[in-house]
Amino acid sequence: MLDSRSAFNYISLANDARGLPPFLIVASTFPLARRKSICYKLNYMVQYNETRLDASFAALSDATRRGVLEQLGRADASITDLAGKFHMTLTGMKKHVGVLERAALVTTEKAGRVRTCRLGMRALEEEAAWIERHRQLWSARFDALDKIVEHLKCKEKADARRKRR
Amino acid sequence: MPEGKEGSPAAMNRTAVERKSDRELVVTRTFNAPAHIVFEAWSKPELFKRWWVPKSLGPSLLSCDMDVRTGGAYRLVFRHPTSDQPMAFFGTYREVTPHKRLVWTNEESDQGAVTTVTFEENAGKTLVTLHELYPTKAALDEALAGSAEGLPEQFAQLDELLAGRS
Repeated sequence: MLDSRSAFNYISLANDARGLPPFLIVASTFPLARRKSICYKLNYMVQYNETRLDASFAALSDATRRGVLEQLGRADASITDLAGKFHMTLTGMKKHVGVLERAALVTTEKAGRVRTCRLGMRALEEEAAWIERHRQLWSARFDALDKIVEHLKCKEKADARRKRR
Repeated sequence: MPEGKEGSPAAMNRTAVERKSDRELVVTRTFNAPAHIVFEAWSKPELFKRWWVPKSLGPSLLSCDMDVRTGGAYRLVFRHPTSDQPMAFFGTYREVTPHKRLVWTNEESDQGAVTTVTFEENAGKTLVTLHELYPTKAALDEALAGSAEGLPEQFAQLDELLAGRS
């Protein structure tokens, strides 16, 4: 099982290079071994909680919240830390963390007066698997299209050569 | 290689899928051929039917009628191994701009998507962007749930295919 922290390290690396949203990077860069483990989880996946998935996608649609997830991928942080890093009021950051928490992307724990945030473990994998499922469908289709396009291209070249003769 | 990682075959063949919003799904991929060739594979039924339903996806295509011009109709009839009843998909081409753009509707129900495909050629390669817009969020959710059937096998076949290529 890949834990979400190492997944995020992976995302950060890839994200620098391609500038795509993190959840898409997960989908487009998973190695084969990872896909197999997603495959075993499919029965569970099909019945996953749609409502929470909606919440997850809504949560991921905001750049600050994606930044918070990447930050938490490096280290756990308090809401105060996060507010400082993102130049935001405590109230503003609490709202963002609340959205991420409801989507199960983040869990929080209060010790004394400090609320510590960390990445939620399962939700991220669900998003990745959801996208991956569709990427596989289209990938299979487009692999077949690739072959046909290649064939047509060769044919066109051959025809052009014949005409020149 | 001078162009580095992004120009490698692995990067070329990458299919990206993104749910743009509650009602929109976007799929992109770059093909190593000029736009007129890629467009041909989308607009000639005898070619289209060879890739739209690759064997690994389960269903087989019984018939494929496509009148690819603005206002023209299409009708695809599938048979899925798990069902006795053939399934028909049909709709209308709203826009056909050769080598550039295809827009079609899906009319089996009032929950069908409008699909827009654009072809952008650059240095002999073509970026294909397929955009599906569903009338409601529920319609997209349902379309996605449906396509998950029979997927474990599909994963296995794709893995095989990929392993054979690398």
